Amino acid sequence: MANTKVAELGHKALGLTDADVLAMYRQMLLARAVDERMWLMQRAGKIAFIISGQGHEAAQIGITWPMRPNQDWMAPYYRSIASAITFGMTPEDIVTAHLAKGDDVSSGGRQMPGHYGAARYHIVSLSSPVGTQVLHAVGIAMGAWVKGEDVVAITSFGEGTSNQGEVHEAMNFAGVHKLPVIFVCENNGWAISVPLDQQVGGLSVAARAQGYGFPGVTVDGGDPLACYAAAKEAHKRARRGEGPTLIEAVVFRLTSHSSDDDQRRYRDSGEVEDLKQHDPIPLFAGRLMAVGLLTAELDEQYRAEVKAEINEASKRAEARPEPDVAAAERWVYAEEGDG
Amino acid sequence: MAELNILEAIRAAMDEELERDPNVMILGEDVGKKGGVFGATDGLWAKYGGKRVLDTPLTEGMIAGAAAGAAIYGLRPIAEMQFADFVYPAFNQIVSEISRMRYRSNNAFGLPMVIRMPYGGGVHGALYHSQSNEAYFTSTVGLKVVAPGTPADAKGLLKASVRDPDPVMFFEHKKTYRLFKAEVPDGDHVVPIGVAEVARPGRHLSIFCYGYMRFCALEAAETLAREDGVEAEVVDLRTLRPLDTAAVLTSVAKTGKALVVHEANRFGGFGAEVAAIIAEQGFEHLDGPVTRLAGPEVPGVPFHHNLEDWFMLSPAKIVEAARTLASY
Repeated sequence: MANTKVAELGHKALGLTDADVLAMYRQMLLARAVDERMWLMQRAGKIAFIISGQGHEAAQIGITWPMRPNQDWMAPYYRSIASAITFGMTPEDIVTAHLAKGDDVSSGGRQMPGHYGAARYHIVSLSSPVGTQVLHAVGIAMGAWVKGEDVVAITSFGEGTSNQGEVHEAMNFAGVHKLPVIFVCENNGWAISVPLDQQVGGLSVAARAQGYGFPGVTVDGGDPLACYAAAKEAHKRARRGEGPTLIEAVVFRLTSHSSDDDQRRYRDSGEVEDLKQHDPIPLFAGRLMAVGLLTAELDEQYRAEVKAEINEASKRAEARPEPDVAAAERWVYAEEGDG
Repeated sequence: MAELNILEAIRAAMDEELERDPNVMILGEDVGKKGGVFGATDGLWAKYGGKRVLDTPLTEGMIAGAAAGAAIYGLRPIAEMQFADFVYPAFNQIVSEISRMRYRSNNAFGLPMVIRMPYGGGVHGALYHSQSNEAYFTSTVGLKVVAPGTPADAKGLLKASVRDPDPVMFFEHKKTYRLFKAEVPDGDHVVPIGVAEVARPGRHLSIFCYGYMRFCALEAAETLAREDGVEAEVVDLRTLRPLDTAAVLTSVAKTGKALVVHEANRFGGFGAEVAAIIAEQGFEHLDGPVTRLAGPEVPGVPFHHNLEDWFMLSPAKIVEAARTLASY
């Protein structure tokens, strides 16, 4: 009986075990818990600014799941909270960065929250002008190609950013040389306040891939397994030397663009109300429960563990030192003794 | 010692660095089989292959951005902008990304990379093949900016730039490419970044210059000595950022008069910074107004040779400015 139900999820055909899909689910819970905690701390005045990944977790976790830690590289964007966790950032790293503490792995308190990056996790430091990171991923892929090394670079961005010239330059160049790179457009339909039909002529980002000579696929970004399947295939293609893939994951932005934005000014109240139905976490929980993999008890246990984890992470992060003004002029350039 | 022109010296530097370090690569437009529009990479594609000497699409933003990614990955890319005039699509990458990467990552990521750019006028290149746009980059913290004026410096500074842990904008005045030959020391000739050179000692006034202006200033100094008995000290800055402030102040202390010369327009140009440093830190040595001789305030070098000659600085214009200052 249970076996029949499990088969319906289709994860085994993708090479995922029961433990894998439960781990994916638990990580979605963790990313959400970290994200929600950031909002609470922002409201409490502890964090200056938050830009959220809520609604993108299934896409991010499914797509980054096939990546190999400490081997592959990621150039993220400002919603990549769940992706950053897959690549190794801990909840404590993320809270520390949001609090802009002195030993924050992303920037030592120099950058705004949401600017993920850490050399130790192979996550490229991110800036604020959108789309610049796409070229960095392509440059990493070019480096691996020149050196003949087995490395895949992945990069993500929104559908608004997909219009930037640098994104086209990056995709075209990657297509010319069949570089090992995966382009991920997390299309949530809104570039701050401007909807898809005012951003993307033709309405499909994935369709643009044809012009660059590689596949573009559209996936349901609420389904982590569909996202995983697309990314696994893209990763294999990259490693086989067949070149890039563009994955357009259709997701829902559950929150306003950022803590400085109020989406009720430009999204219909009905649409905002309706967002809860597209939350990937209860959707995936429902599927896991329907096939008997997840029980209410296990779900409670995960949620309790995740809550304890973020509580502990926040406590430790808050106790970390503030940046030292005396070091504010350091590392404009390499210093004596830097490797 | 070999007698090389600046173009040959630049090519030799890249050849030797490609040979020395497997992480060095070149990317740019037409740098491969053709060897670059000026021939700077001639022969390197055949010697090192199409991956390490890589022809790119016509996308300057991509050239800079992919070079940055490759540098993150551990390579030491030499990116070529075909003309400095075409760098602006890459401005976002250079200013937002490349210059700030080390600082914003709290030293986690440095970008050892070079962007080579042929700049300057006097070659009938008009508004879009003649620009001297170094001030955009000298005012950007996080970049190093180098502008050699001799074959030995071109080779030695390019080698130092390739080995530098931080991004270097390498300005090559295209009029100097084949202007003259001079001796370049044999072997691994490296000239440190950030060190100016007194190209000609003198005691009556200092001429601060770089790139093609070194050639012009030396000719001017010759004339001033012969016709006026004025001994001008010519200081080739060689590196614009970090500027060798000590060398500038030492020369001003010696001569008491400073003439700053560059082909780029005056307003907000690099000379303004040199002049300000002299005014702030060398005031007590001054025996005349800090003077700038710069390109005119027009948006670019106009095409017709009459117009171009009007635009370009020359030994004669430097002589005229130096005479005025010397007689102050």
